[in-house]
Amino acid sequence: MTAAQRPLAAVPRGLRWLPALALALQVAWQLGRPAPLARAEDLPAPPPQPLLAVAALGDPVALARGLMLWLQAFDNQPGISIPFRELDYARVIAWLDRILVLDPLTQYPLLAAARLYAEVPDPPRQRLMLAFVQEKFLEDPDRRWPWLAHAVLVAQHRLKDPELALKFARRLADNGSEDRVPAWARQMHIFVLEDMGELEAARIVIGGLLDSGRITDPHEFRFLKDQLDRLQEQRVAPGPAVPDELAQRRQLTE
Amino acid sequence: MFRQHLNQIATIARATVLEAWRTRYAAMLGALLAAGVGLALFTGELAITETRQTQAVLTAAFLRPGAALLMALFVIGSVAREFSDKVAELTLSLALPRAVWFVGRLTGFLLVAALTVVPVMTLLLAFAPAPAVALWGITLLGELLILAAAALAFALTFMQLLPAFAAFAAFYLLARSIEAIRLMAHGPLVTETSLGERLLVRLVDGVGWLLPDLSQFGRSAWLAWGPDWTALGVAGGQTLVYVLLLSSIGLFDLYRRNL
Repeated sequence: MTAAQRPLAAVPRGLRWLPALALALQVAWQLGRPAPLARAEDLPAPPPQPLLAVAALGDPVALARGLMLWLQAFDNQPGISIPFRELDYARVIAWLDRILVLDPLTQYPLLAAARLYAEVPDPPRQRLMLAFVQEKFLEDPDRRWPWLAHAVLVAQHRLKDPELALKFARRLADNGSEDRVPAWARQMHIFVLEDMGELEAARIVIGGLLDSGRITDPHEFRFLKDQLDRLQEQRVAPGPAVPDELAQRRQLTE
Repeated sequence: MFRQHLNQIATIARATVLEAWRTRYAAMLGALLAAGVGLALFTGELAITETRQTQAVLTAAFLRPGAALLMALFVIGSVAREFSDKVAELTLSLALPRAVWFVGRLTGFLLVAALTVVPVMTLLLAFAPAPAVALWGITLLGELLILAAAALAFALTFMQLLPAFAAFAAFYLLARSIEAIRLMAHGPLVTETSLGERLLVRLVDGVGWLLPDLSQFGRSAWLAWGPDWTALGVAGGQTLVYVLLLSSIGLFDLYRRNL
């Protein structure tokens, strides 16, 4: 290749130094510019689903993955870090929803909703995200139950809202199929009731489960039977009074 | 005579593969794969769940259009150069039917497409199970065959890089998104009450009938959620039909051209 080139002397004298000069000028230009300033950008509203379908160029799963990584990193824009609680959660939910439509089999958006966005110390935002998890769980309970199970825990221990936790736990119990959703998840409402001090209600639920014949696994049956016995013992030696125990019992037996 | 034509086709195809090697196609493919590895490592660091699937899906979504772009640029550049250097005229002045030249070139491009798909599939095996990569790779080969035939037809029609590549890009983007566009055209927002809307929907349908639905090829979903082997028949049939269509258009144009 070198032999095919003409000697350096063939280049006009003025032109020989021009590239180096231009390069120095470019570097000087960049050095003279003010340092880039980080500026927080608001999360934009997601485009309509049909537009996203076109933008996917026939590969919606790949677009879903790309969007998920982009959304997940939105709190960390170049040179700036935005706390999750400053994000517009309605928009975050809209994006997560779009991503789930693009790839209904992925668990990623629900994991992000339950374990990232629902962990912010901001109850209204947490409630929004948990409601989204519950809504999406109902669309595909057998696949998405882990996130509603996590939502039960967040509602119970972070939000300190046992009613909400019980609502989620009952959704799990009512919608999860036995072969896909493990027993401990379907029985979470029992433990929530116990935590609420609703011992009688928990006892009725366990008794109902045992009588229903739905529990076929002998280990699970024994575990629940032990639980029931323990609750029976507590009933004999009752703890502090529970104000809405009767209402709870009525609701459960209806 | 037939045997002689087969030999001529094989010679032209071999020369095309050699040309790919000498114009640094392999080096560019290597650079594409290296970028793919970088992207996989980067996304692997970012993802907090389903990491392997995310790596496989995003790397595949990067490599697929990358391979298509490389292929198209090689085909269009090669044919445009051959005609502008008058090499094609010299070749066709020999006892060589135009169809033999065309089939030889197309065969060469198809071999280059196959040689492109193999290393891409090998890379993806690091992130996805072999059956899924196999289906993805086979359908990617079908997509590249269609694109190579399209690039050859456009190159023969326009004879210049810029218009041929612009036509190719429009074809590729439309073929990739035509399914979604047709769904939009038949969606609830288009009521078809006015003549304009009805015409628009018919136009979209018409374009859909003319184009191959490339969204059925190289679907990343297979890499994440397992292969759907019914797609193989669809992609295979579409590849055969469309390569035949594009080849006939290209040949028709070549035979009419006054060299």
